[in-house]
Amino acid sequence: MSDFLAMGGYAAFIWPTWLASALVLIGLVAHALIERQQAREALRRLEQDEA
Amino acid sequence: MLSFFANPKRFDVLARRAIPVLGALSAFLLGTGVYLSFFASPPDYQQGETIRIMYVHVPAAYMAMALYAALAISSFVYFVWRHALADTAAEIIAPIGALFTVLALFTGSLWGKPMWGTWWEWDARMTSVLVLLLVYLGYMALRAALEDAQQAARTGAILAMAGIVNLVIVKFSVDWWSSLHQPASLIRLDGPTIHASQLWPLLIMILAYTCLAGWLVLYRLRSQALRRRARSLQRQREQAARAREEAVS
Repeated sequence: MSDFLAMGGYAAFIWPTWLASALVLIGLVAHALIERQQAREALRRLEQDEA
Repeated sequence: MLSFFANPKRFDVLARRAIPVLGALSAFLLGTGVYLSFFASPPDYQQGETIRIMYVHVPAAYMAMALYAALAISSFVYFVWRHALADTAAEIIAPIGALFTVLALFTGSLWGKPMWGTWWEWDARMTSVLVLLLVYLGYMALRAALEDAQQAARTGAILAMAGIVNLVIVKFSVDWWSSLHQPASLIRLDGPTIHASQLWPLLIMILAYTCLAGWLVLYRLRSQALRRRARSLQRQREQAARAREEAVS
């Protein structure tokens, strides 16, 4: 396990690379999901006002 | 084909079907790609374990370029046929492409330090990718600065189309100038020059990123449609209120 984490001595370069990539992908997806929820909420409120 | 997608209703039906498929594909491919990248591919004979940086660096760089091509095509479609959907797509694509460009530069830097002994070099490939980022940011700033939405869309489209020149420079920079960056090893006339054990994880990661980007753009396009509906409802409401006020006075 520690061998795996050490990445042949390149851990300091490999893990930040993968962490940054994961953060970007997760951030993009999270942003898209939040945006959808907010848009739906705003529309729902407007439609409710009508009734 | 274009007029087919230009119909917002038909596009919505298509997008609604494509979104879950793309989402499931991205999750499956990402899972497989991560597994292959760490557990089923050997260290490189020259680069050792740092080859595992390639499996996320190359897909990010590829998306930075592919999304720019998509931005330019959307801009062209908007500019020529004035399809509002194409403009919204361009607006959505730009920040995603910019983020992937940042990621490509960042991961490239983390790969460059152990392998080349430098975080950064003013080399043709790296400089042209930095210019790509500046073009993305310039496009976004231009749109944000112009208040008239139609003017922002049109001027943005022109900038995006002109920026294609830089995309060509990015692609061929490694052939035209002697560069620290290695030349293409996937998209070559004589076929890929990577061993299958490293080619597969890379291809699957590229495909995963592509599906995810497709999911993001379609998903956000549908959210923007909801927003537009809310805005027009709001406007109707305001107009009705004004009309009532005028009737009273």
